[in-house]
Amino acid sequence: MILVVDLCWKKNSLSRPEFVDPVASALRKAGAEIKVLHYSELTSDRSSKQLYRDLLECDGAVLCGTAIQDNFYAVEMDKFSWIKDHNYRKPLLGICAGMQVIASAFGGKIIPRPAIGMEKVDIIKDTELLGEPRQIEGYHLHSYGATVPKGFHLVAGFYHKADAFVHERRPIYGLIFHPEVRNRWILQKFMELVPNH
Amino acid sequence: MKLGVLFSGGKDSIFACYKAMGGDIHQDEDRDGVIDINRISDGNIGTGKNTDKNTVICLITLISENEDSYMFHTPNISRTALAAEAMGLPLITWPTRGEKEEELEDLKDAIAEAVKRYGIEGVVTGAIESIYQAARVQKICRDIGIWCFNPIWQVDQVDYLKLLLSRGFHVIITGVFAYPFDESWIGTRLNEDKVKELERLQKRHQINPSGEGGELETFVLDGPIFHKRIEILRSRKSYDNYRGHLDIEEACLADKLVDESVDR
Repeated sequence: MILVVDLCWKKNSLSRPEFVDPVASALRKAGAEIKVLHYSELTSDRSSKQLYRDLLECDGAVLCGTAIQDNFYAVEMDKFSWIKDHNYRKPLLGICAGMQVIASAFGGKIIPRPAIGMEKVDIIKDTELLGEPRQIEGYHLHSYGATVPKGFHLVAGFYHKADAFVHERRPIYGLIFHPEVRNRWILQKFMELVPNH
Repeated sequence: MKLGVLFSGGKDSIFACYKAMGGDIHQDEDRDGVIDINRISDGNIGTGKNTDKNTVICLITLISENEDSYMFHTPNISRTALAAEAMGLPLITWPTRGEKEEELEDLKDAIAEAVKRYGIEGVVTGAIESIYQAARVQKICRDIGIWCFNPIWQVDQVDYLKLLLSRGFHVIITGVFAYPFDESWIGTRLNEDKVKELERLQKRHQINPSGEGGELETFVLDGPIFHKRIEILRSRKSYDNYRGHLDIEEACLADKLVDESVDR
């Protein structure tokens, strides 16, 4: 089961159909079993066993993007401590806001980086998720981007302007562009990285 | 949050409006309230103030002189006033010559007028696939400093058409602009058989079943967010070489039909 995590400013917001449902739909169409939760419903607080079970039971997770005006996740970073938890060793994909959250959780920085629309993405490192180095186009919709945190490799773009990164040892990826728009093959590839999806 | 809907009278803008009003949103809604987001230390990240409850406060229509506008739906656009009245919402109409990129300044002015007149904090669009349209509206909203919502973005088009029918929207085809649509499509009501036909044309001719590629234009006569239905009194069809439209020459509001009424 793949957990699709809604990072929008509130549960069931008007942004969910735009940023969460297309990701869930693409993964479901690719054959994955999906569960959608808002980030506020997740915690690594062991006293809240019911919520933590979702993380223990999933086989992988995707952190979705948010509206360009919605950067609320950035002031709620304490809700994402589970990302670095040693008990969470499963594949993780962060999209846009999700990438920024992963970067911040691992000590990277969220930095101003406005972009809207289709832009070229230069893949410079061969990975299981994006494949061999080449140029593709991705849909960008963000005010902020992220630096590459320590312990991660740059996969696309530049260190100060990362389009994609991957953890050195764990299957944790971040993409600043939205794969659910024009690049659904990336979500299919991610699903293939998830055992028992 | 007070919202303005970019409105053409066609199915996509009306269904987006329906979703913005809370129709078809996931039902386990949490409590209403106000989130006042504290800006973090660099003073740059944050969303300002926002309320949980969405209210569609007005509709915004660009009246384009150019029937081949890149941004704006044109067939029967003058009938949006009647549709707005049927929905009980105020309408801002804004003229544009419909010339590429220049029309974006007109759209920006229209949205700015909605901010000034009604205090809208966000704009809702019926964009499904068009990055050209969606990205431009996103940029305008960012520049003005308001939110942008696209509640049917990337939706499966056939599933969406079925949902539209299941929710009780009465949609007619008012324009066809591509092979292999023949004259019989013009003025016809979208129903389950037509959706099946569109699905078949998608497989055979790669058309967008919802007409997102400009293949079809629609007009909505009734639906769950209408207080009155629209009745067409006089119309005229024109068609030539896979292009044609229904010109609604005269229409009025009428009481909703009992067998088509839908719970509000």
